[in-house]
Amino acid sequence: MANGNTVAENFYHQSTNKHKGILSWLLTVDHKRIGLMYLVSVLTFFLVGVIIGILMRLELIAPGKQLMEAQTYNSLFTLHGVIMIFLFIIPGLPAVFGNFFLPIQLGARDVAFPRLNLLSWYVYVVGAILALVSLFLPGGPIDTGWTFYVPYSVRSTTNVSLAIFAAFILGFSSILTGINFVTTVHRLRAPGMSFFKMPLFVWATYATAWIQIIATPVVGITILLVMIERAFGVGIFDPALGGDPILFQHLFWIYSHPAVYIMILPAMGVVSEIIPTFSRRTIFGYRAIAMSSLAIAFVGYLVWAHHMFTSGMSDTARWIFSLLTFIVALPSGVKVFNWVATMYKGSIDPKPQFLWVMKFIFLFSIGGLTGLVLGSLATDIHVHDTYFVVAHFHYVMFGGTGTIFFAALHYWFPKMFGKMYNDRLARIAVALYFIGFNMLYFPKFILGYMGMPRRYYDYLPQFEPLQRISTVGSWILAGTIFFIIGYLIHALVKGKKATSNPWGGVTLEWHIPSPPPLENFKEIPTVTHEPYDFSQLKEMKNE
Amino acid sequence: MSSHQEGTVAHVHRDDVGAKMGMWLFLFTEVLLFGGMFLVYAFYRFQHQDQFRIAAMELNTGIGTLNTVILLTSSLTVALAIAAIQKGNRFLSVLMLNITLVFAVMFMVNKYFEWSAKISHGLFPGSKEMLDLPNGQILFYGLYYVMTGLHALHVIIGVLVLSFMLIQLMKKKITQDNHVKLENAGLYWHLVDLIWIFLFPLFYLIQ
Repeated sequence: MANGNTVAENFYHQSTNKHKGILSWLLTVDHKRIGLMYLVSVLTFFLVGVIIGILMRLELIAPGKQLMEAQTYNSLFTLHGVIMIFLFIIPGLPAVFGNFFLPIQLGARDVAFPRLNLLSWYVYVVGAILALVSLFLPGGPIDTGWTFYVPYSVRSTTNVSLAIFAAFILGFSSILTGINFVTTVHRLRAPGMSFFKMPLFVWATYATAWIQIIATPVVGITILLVMIERAFGVGIFDPALGGDPILFQHLFWIYSHPAVYIMILPAMGVVSEIIPTFSRRTIFGYRAIAMSSLAIAFVGYLVWAHHMFTSGMSDTARWIFSLLTFIVALPSGVKVFNWVATMYKGSIDPKPQFLWVMKFIFLFSIGGLTGLVLGSLATDIHVHDTYFVVAHFHYVMFGGTGTIFFAALHYWFPKMFGKMYNDRLARIAVALYFIGFNMLYFPKFILGYMGMPRRYYDYLPQFEPLQRISTVGSWILAGTIFFIIGYLIHALVKGKKATSNPWGGVTLEWHIPSPPPLENFKEIPTVTHEPYDFSQLKEMKNE
Repeated sequence: MSSHQEGTVAHVHRDDVGAKMGMWLFLFTEVLLFGGMFLVYAFYRFQHQDQFRIAAMELNTGIGTLNTVILLTSSLTVALAIAAIQKGNRFLSVLMLNITLVFAVMFMVNKYFEWSAKISHGLFPGSKEMLDLPNGQILFYGLYYVMTGLHALHVIIGVLVLSFMLIQLMKKKITQDNHVKLENAGLYWHLVDLIWIFLFPLFYLIQ
C-alpha cells in the first residue's frame, strides 16, 4: 500500500474542488484539510488565551495594582476561561486530530458527512469571531466568569449576550462534529474492522462524540434562556420575578461537567495509541480501556452537582453526588493501570512523544487525586472557590489534555506534514514544559489551601512569594510553548522528509504514505489484525 | 470500490442509511434542547401549582386545539409526499408538500393572532400588567412565550427546509430512488409536530 508514492500524490497537492490556493482550502471537504484548518484556528486562539494568562499572572506578581484596573482583570479571567474552554480545549483534540485520523484509522476515505464537516468549521469560526467582536463593542468585554452564573450575568452591563451567543454557536459546531463522528464510526469502518478492532483513539473519540451530542444541547438551551432573560426579562432565572438561580447552576453543570470528559477522553485515546507504539507491545486490557471510555462518558453525567456543594443543596443530594464523584475515579484508574501494565516487559523507546505521555500520567494523577479532595464534602467546603480548585483543573485540563495536545502533535506531525522535527529540541521542550508547568500551578495548591480565593484581583502580603513563583513559572511555560511552535514551524520548512512509518506504529495511518493522499487509501484495506499487533511490522516493511 | 483517479474529482459516496442515522442523531439533540425547557417547566409547575393553573385558564384552548389539528394533519401530508415519491408519483408528492406548507403557514397565522391578543391585553414579559401578577403567573407566561416561541421558530425553519425540498423535487433532484433528503426533512417536520403534542397539553389542557 505504501508503494507508488510520487511527489505530487498527497492531499496538499490534490484538491476536492476546482479551486487553487486559499479557496481550495476554504471550500474543501477533505477531512485532513479541515483538520489542519482547525489546527491553525485552535492554536491561534490557544496563543491568545496564553497571552491573556500571562497578563493575569503579571498583574498578580505583587499585591495591589500593577498593570490594569480590577474591571479589566475581571474581563481577562472570563476571556481566558471562555477562549481556553470553548475555543481550544473542547475542539482541540476531536476536531483537529479526530478529523484528521478518525477516518484513516477506520480505513475510510472521509467522514460520513464531509460538507457538514466543513460547515462545522465555519460555525466554529463564526462563534470565535462573535466572541472577539464582543470585546470591542461598547459595553465592554464580558466579566461574569466563564460559568455565566445568574443573576449577575443577567444584570451585568457588559456584552454578556453576544459572548454567550458565541458560546451557543460554538456548541452547535461541537454537536455537528459529534453527529458526524458517530455516524462515521457506525457506517464507514473498513471490511474486517469490527468494533473491537478499532484503535483506542477511535473508541475515545466515539465516546466523546456521544457526549457532544447528548450534553451540548442542554447548555445550549440554558444559555439561550439567559439571553432571552436579558433581552425580555422573562423571569426564568431572576429571583426578583420568581426565578431560581440555582436552577441555572444545575442546568449549566449538567452539560459542563460532561464537557470535562469531552476534553479528557480523546486525550486518553491518544495516550492509548502512543504507549503501545513506543513499548512495542500490544495494549494491555484493550476491552477494559475501550469500555472504560464509555463508562466515563456515562458516569460523567451523574456527578454535575459536585460543582455546587456550597450552593445550598440538601445534605442527601450532596453526599449522593459526592459518592458518584468517587465512582468516576474507577474507570480512570482502570485506564492508568492498563497503560502502566502495557509498558511492563515492553521494549520501551523513550522518544519525546513517549516522554510527553509519561508527563501526562504524572500531571494527570496529581490532578485526579486532588479531584478526590474536592469531591469529598468536608474538604471541599474548605477549599471551594480557592486557588486549590484553579490548580486542580489546570492540572487535569492543561496538564492532561493540553499536554496530550502537544504529545499528539509530536506523534502525528510526520504523518500530517511529511516532515521530521529535531528530536533533541523536542526533548528539551518536554523538560522545560514540565518545570514551567509545576512552577506555575503547584504553588496554587498551597495558596488555595492557605485560603487564597480564585478570581481575586488583589491579595494579602503573605501570599506574595508563592504568587511570584507562579508568575515566573508562567514565563517558562509560555516560552516553552512558543519554542515548540517555533521548532515545529522550522521543521515544516526545513525538516527532513518523513517516511511512512517513522515510529513503528501499526494502526492504519502508518500503512499509508506521509502525508496521506487524497481519500487516504487507493483501495479500502481489509483489516485482519488486532489494532496493536506488532507482528505486522515485518510485513509492513516488505510492502 | 472504484479506482482512484488523480485530479479534482472526489470519490462519489452515497449512504442513505448513514444520512438517516445522522438525522436521527440531530433530532435527538433537538429533543434534548427542548428537554432542558421541559425540565424547567416541570420544576416551576411543581413550585407554583396554583398560579400555573390560574394562568393557564387565560390561554385560548380553541386556537390551541385548532393548531394541534393543523399540525397533525400536516404531518400526514408530508408522510404522503414521501410515500408518493417512493411510488414515483412526482405530481402527488409536489401537491402534498404544497398542502403541508399551507398548513404550516396557517399554524403561524393562528399563532400570530393568539400572541397579538395576549400582547394587546398587556400579557407579555416586562409589561406593567405582567409585573403586577404573582411570580408563578409571570413564570407561566414567560415559559409560554419562550417554549411556544422556540417551537414557532422551528416551524419557520421547517417551512424553509420543506420549500427547499419542493424546489429540489420540481427540479427532479429528488427522485424515486434518491429521496433520502425528503425523508429527512419529513423526519424534522414530525419532530416539530411531536414537540407541539407535548406543549399543547402542558400549556392549554392542564387547568
